[in-house]
Amino acid sequence: MRDAYCDDNRCEIMNQEELNNKLLEIKDKLTGIERKSDKRIYLLCEVENSYAVNKFLFEDVGCRFVIATGIDSDNCFEVLYHYSYDETGCVITIKAFIRDRQKPAIQSLTPFLPAAEWIEREIHDVLGIDFKNHPNLRRLILADDWPAGVYPLRKDLS
Amino acid sequence: MHDTVRKPILAVGPFHPLQEEMEFFQLTIDGEKVTDIDVRLSYNHRGIEKISESLQFDQVPYLVSRICGICSASHPLAYVQAVEELAGIKPPERALYVRTIINELERIHSHLLWAGLAGHFIGYDTVFMWAWKYREPVLDLLEEITGNRNNYGTVRVGGCREDVPNETIPKILKELDLIEKKTEMLTKAVLDDPVLHARLKGVGILKKEDAIKYAVTGPTARGSGIAIDVRRDDPYAAYADLDWKVITQPEGDVFAKAVVRLLETFESIKIVREALKKLPDGPVAVEVKEIPPGEAVGHAEAPRGETFHYVRSDGGNRPVRHKIRAPSYVNVPSFKASCIGQDIADVTITLAAVDPCYSCTERLAVVDRHGSITHGGEALLKLSREKTQRIKKDIGAQELKLEDF
Repeated sequence: MRDAYCDDNRCEIMNQEELNNKLLEIKDKLTGIERKSDKRIYLLCEVENSYAVNKFLFEDVGCRFVIATGIDSDNCFEVLYHYSYDETGCVITIKAFIRDRQKPAIQSLTPFLPAAEWIEREIHDVLGIDFKNHPNLRRLILADDWPAGVYPLRKDLS
Repeated sequence: MHDTVRKPILAVGPFHPLQEEMEFFQLTIDGEKVTDIDVRLSYNHRGIEKISESLQFDQVPYLVSRICGICSASHPLAYVQAVEELAGIKPPERALYVRTIINELERIHSHLLWAGLAGHFIGYDTVFMWAWKYREPVLDLLEEITGNRNNYGTVRVGGCREDVPNETIPKILKELDLIEKKTEMLTKAVLDDPVLHARLKGVGILKKEDAIKYAVTGPTARGSGIAIDVRRDDPYAAYADLDWKVITQPEGDVFAKAVVRLLETFESIKIVREALKKLPDGPVAVEVKEIPPGEAVGHAEAPRGETFHYVRSDGGNRPVRHKIRAPSYVNVPSFKASCIGQDIADVTITLAAVDPCYSCTERLAVVDRHGSITHGGEALLKLSREKTQRIKKDIGAQELKLEDF
């Protein structure tokens, strides 16, 4: 019996097929669903829908937040939110695309998901992505004397 | 807004010489009680994610095994699993068993290390001596199998670099029996000790709902009644073929976390024993040619919780992005939930209870409102130990001596 993450009536425990169906509820906010395998699902969305999709995965599906990855892609920024649905061992990744390279910004998840506080601060440090409504967007990993406006994980950093 | 009265800050850190990473905890205190906690980290940022982009896929395991000496089997394992998933590589059966054996030996020595340090922090140096003494043979076994006590460097994309030679199996089994007996004695002594009950129960409680909000993993989650374990939930290596169980405790306090770790040690011994008995014949690695473009995730259950790696490839011979999340990254922020309302004397052990690759407790210092240090690390350790002594006296417990065993 899987009594893991959702046994406090926060949400019902699903098998993989039910999980797949559940994910379709948020279809309207997505630009695509990629299935690399049964247990590896990628949900693609634009930046304005990222908050809603994340909230859905955490609160309605009952996924565990793992971490986020910020990536400087060729013509946009990507923020990948990795979740795990431990009842079936499925790793779900939300891939949010930020098209505005000049002023990259995305809604912060920290108000409902304290686990995201550090990683949002970290991505803000290394890629200069603004997390709107973040309660505490101070530097996390950059040194105090690191120059402002220089982002170490941006590709154009020489 | 300016605070008219500034609360005193208890500064823990920032340089933690015994810990793997430097962390700085600032505790706001009101008398004996902690009312807020702020954590600063990355004093020693090594830029491993960035370095990884400059290394070839087969070089990265040796880099990531150096993220943490104690978890030096889990990180490379999570990474190679991500790359194997990306490239569709299936390592041979025997390699999966070898990986399991190395990772469980790592868990045994890591949990014993924790038990020892936890004992040390509350003034139970006998527990410290025992636990570290019984940990030693595990490190010797690892040295015999891999050549190193830590930083094993055994795992590679497509399998393992080295085998567990069949002729060493009887010796490992014999040693395991001994380790099991000793750990059993240690566990009994710890779990039946009334002083430890009084000292650790109800201390540093991480409630289940907080554990979910902070998304903690590993023994920190299992000690708060959340039965998650990557080894069972998304089985890798040989875990699905073996008989073992996930240990949970509902209380969420320091004692619960201690129980989880100690009992897990036995499960690990069981796993290694069974894996050695079932160890299939055959090669331990397949040849890997090219890594195609794509992305994948890999995760593994390290002694402290889930370690998670995301790898993206553009078809070249190096990853274009490699994200790493160590378990302490999510476990440490949960201090905000577990430390507030605690006595200062309990903070040492509460911070230690998530096993955050700690060690730095020597550098605890109390700073008064003018910023000058009034209390050294020694003094705080003393506070913690004095509390244990007080409880001992109240209960009338006998001091345990090493010679008794």
